[in-house]
Amino acid sequence: MSDANAHKKTPAYMDLHVVGPVVALVVLMIVGYFMNENFLSYANVTNVLARSAFIGIIAVGMTFVITSGGLDLSVGSMAAFIAGLMIMIMNALLPSMGAGWGVILVGMAAALALGLTAGLVNGLLITKVRIEAFIVTLGTMGIFRSLVTWMADGGTLSLNFEVREIYRPVYYDGILGVAWPIIVFAIVAIIGEIVMRHTSFGRHCAAIGSNEQVARYSAVHVDRVRTITYVLLGLLVGVATIMYVPRLGSASSSTGVLWELEAIAAVIIGGTMLKGGFGRVWGTVVGVLILSLIGNLLNLTDLVSPYLNGAIQGVIIILAVVLQREKKASS
Amino acid sequence: MSAAAEAVSVAPTLALSDVTRSFGPVQILFDINFDLRPGEVHALIGENGAGKSTMMKMLSGYLQPSTGHVMLDGQPVSFASSEAAEDAGVILIHQEFNLAEQLSVEQNIFLGRELKKGFLLDHAEMRAQTVALLGQLETHVDPGARVSEISVSDKQMVEIAKALSRNARVLIMDEPTAVLTTREAEVLFRQIERLRAAGAAILFTSHKLDEVARIADRITVLRDGHQVISTPAGEMNEDDMARHMVGRDLTNLFPQVPHEKGAEPVLAVENFSVGKVVHDVSFDLRPGEILGFAGLVGSGRTELMEGLMGLREARGTIRVRGAETVIGSVKRAAELGIAYLTEDRKGRGLIVGQQMRPNLTLTSLARFTNWLINRKAEEEALDRAIEEFDIRAPTREVLVGNLSGGNQQKLLLAKVMLGEPDIIIIDEPTRGIDIGTKQQIYEFIAELAKTGKSVIVISSEMAEIIGLSDRVVVMRTGGVSGVLEGEDINEDTIVRYAMGLEGGDENS
Repeated sequence: MSDANAHKKTPAYMDLHVVGPVVALVVLMIVGYFMNENFLSYANVTNVLARSAFIGIIAVGMTFVITSGGLDLSVGSMAAFIAGLMIMIMNALLPSMGAGWGVILVGMAAALALGLTAGLVNGLLITKVRIEAFIVTLGTMGIFRSLVTWMADGGTLSLNFEVREIYRPVYYDGILGVAWPIIVFAIVAIIGEIVMRHTSFGRHCAAIGSNEQVARYSAVHVDRVRTITYVLLGLLVGVATIMYVPRLGSASSSTGVLWELEAIAAVIIGGTMLKGGFGRVWGTVVGVLILSLIGNLLNLTDLVSPYLNGAIQGVIIILAVVLQREKKASS
Repeated sequence: MSAAAEAVSVAPTLALSDVTRSFGPVQILFDINFDLRPGEVHALIGENGAGKSTMMKMLSGYLQPSTGHVMLDGQPVSFASSEAAEDAGVILIHQEFNLAEQLSVEQNIFLGRELKKGFLLDHAEMRAQTVALLGQLETHVDPGARVSEISVSDKQMVEIAKALSRNARVLIMDEPTAVLTTREAEVLFRQIERLRAAGAAILFTSHKLDEVARIADRITVLRDGHQVISTPAGEMNEDDMARHMVGRDLTNLFPQVPHEKGAEPVLAVENFSVGKVVHDVSFDLRPGEILGFAGLVGSGRTELMEGLMGLREARGTIRVRGAETVIGSVKRAAELGIAYLTEDRKGRGLIVGQQMRPNLTLTSLARFTNWLINRKAEEEALDRAIEEFDIRAPTREVLVGNLSGGNQQKLLLAKVMLGEPDIIIIDEPTRGIDIGTKQQIYEFIAELAKTGKSVIVISSEMAEIIGLSDRVVVMRTGGVSGVLEGEDINEDTIVRYAMGLEGGDENS
């Protein structure tokens, strides 16, 4: 009825909520620089970025899942499972194919196929069998984690040394001094941002997250779009694993532990609504950077024990959500 | 209306004295002097956006006046919150329900004031009181049923039962009959009369002027935030009310646009059943025709249309332009040129937390997409929609939830018409909409028929069905009890079919 309070609405770009994460990142960088000059050095920044690329690539996919009102707790275990199986496949093919890029390419394809399949399983259980996303992915999280522990027989699955030497550059090298993981993360983020803001798929994700009924009545294939978000996320977990395996050349039951929480935290810090309906990929990227720079800063300075990293990240997550809520109340 | 004469001498229970209210730079209410007296029903009427909601919110503690005072028993008060107002016996029944969907009817009625025996809940006593309250309201809903599973009209009754259980001195009802059938509304009016006799002061708003004439002792008309007139109900007839509300004469609410009807049906439905609600319905729709669907709430009209659109499990034969087809999804229906406007604007029609542009294009996004969404084309479509449908929004960026009901309905119309359908099914086209906007929507529907499109109108407002339709399908308990044409389209005949006094009841 008489809702003239709408007149008070400020343009979105003026909103503190929009610029908040960026401001936080800039402040963090300035503070970090004054605490340790090496903080913003080229070597340190590329190191931090390369390490955060795995979480970042996964978090971009997670942004779509959360925007459409879903959640995926299984991504960390899924990464470990894919890494383990990928290593086993490459080791198994070694006698017949020999150590070379052929084996690695098969491994990469297997990682993508596994990620896609795992995401599809999550998505179909959620949309077709109609089980809550939280429950489904809590279940698959346990399943994947247990499977990789079993495959490694409680220990570590190691990639054949020869193959590892060939595969190594995928993590450690790059072009023009920029490491491959950073390049892949950047490409994924840019494509993700475009898909979210400028395609029907992104629009449909936001519509489903806002109000599933409206989406259904508006000729949106709700189940299909939902499933695709999980498949996409699974595929990106596969991509992240491809970048991760050459780093250590092994997988164990402790691979990817808590990645799901870091990815979800980055998404939320970036301003995506946990209950869905609004998401932005660039925010997620900022969220990933904030989380990894804080960890790095604690390692570089002796002000606070690095053991408190988790506590500080926790405070930031809670703070980010509180700021989100204030925005909602004032609009 | 005999109570009115004696009520005038009684001191008001709750009043607004020289009240104004602004939101930011925009003034919504100007110099309001309004009172509610014990034993009196005071009707507040006005178009959407006239300021009725703001007034009701100030009376019930949700908003504070910018200047002036809220007076309780002659003393200025400032309710810190709606809870403070409720403690003082002032209760607002919202137009949008404030019920916890996952709790039972009984749990909702006693929510926040649960009866206890020691530390434990006194289930027996709460159940007994709930049964008694619902009995008074002649509502046959199971007190243990989850609110999410009961009908919209039952929800309204639960909301009213909740207010009654608090022994309200002042009851403020924001369009309580919008979702009720005539019969249910009559039950509600008897309750209002009972409360009035018991000395409650009641504020009543409705867009249905016959109801206002029926129940009110006094009437206040608001227009653009100004109190146009306050007068005993006997001194104003329905035409006067409409004239004061709109500020001009509304001679012809229903446009008389002659339109040619084609012979070959564009849509033919045979032996169509939807779930367990609708069974063996057959009807056809011709080009250029407005086909009304009348019936009581719960007779299966909405379910039938949702079944047609593939939104519900359904079976039966559908022919579109002569060709037998299976619809199965809203997308397929859109491809066949069939569009459905839901009765549930905010729950199913529009995303209230988004702006107008994404809402407008959501169904037809493919038309704006060539890999990427063409933002400029979307903006142009919004320009055209605002122009064509006369959507009045404070800014283009306004969230749809902040638009008035009438403007939301116009936006929903624009959204559906963007898909260029030939067959338009409109469910309750003017529910909760002011009379000026109603007229615009009627004109629009008539215009559609004139251009050769086919329109199905589902409505619980008899005048609407009669005023718009070329033919009327009357539904009862999930079947068609009659199809009326020409002279037969009148209130008496429709009611007789709807109540099962005439025509085949397909249940038997």
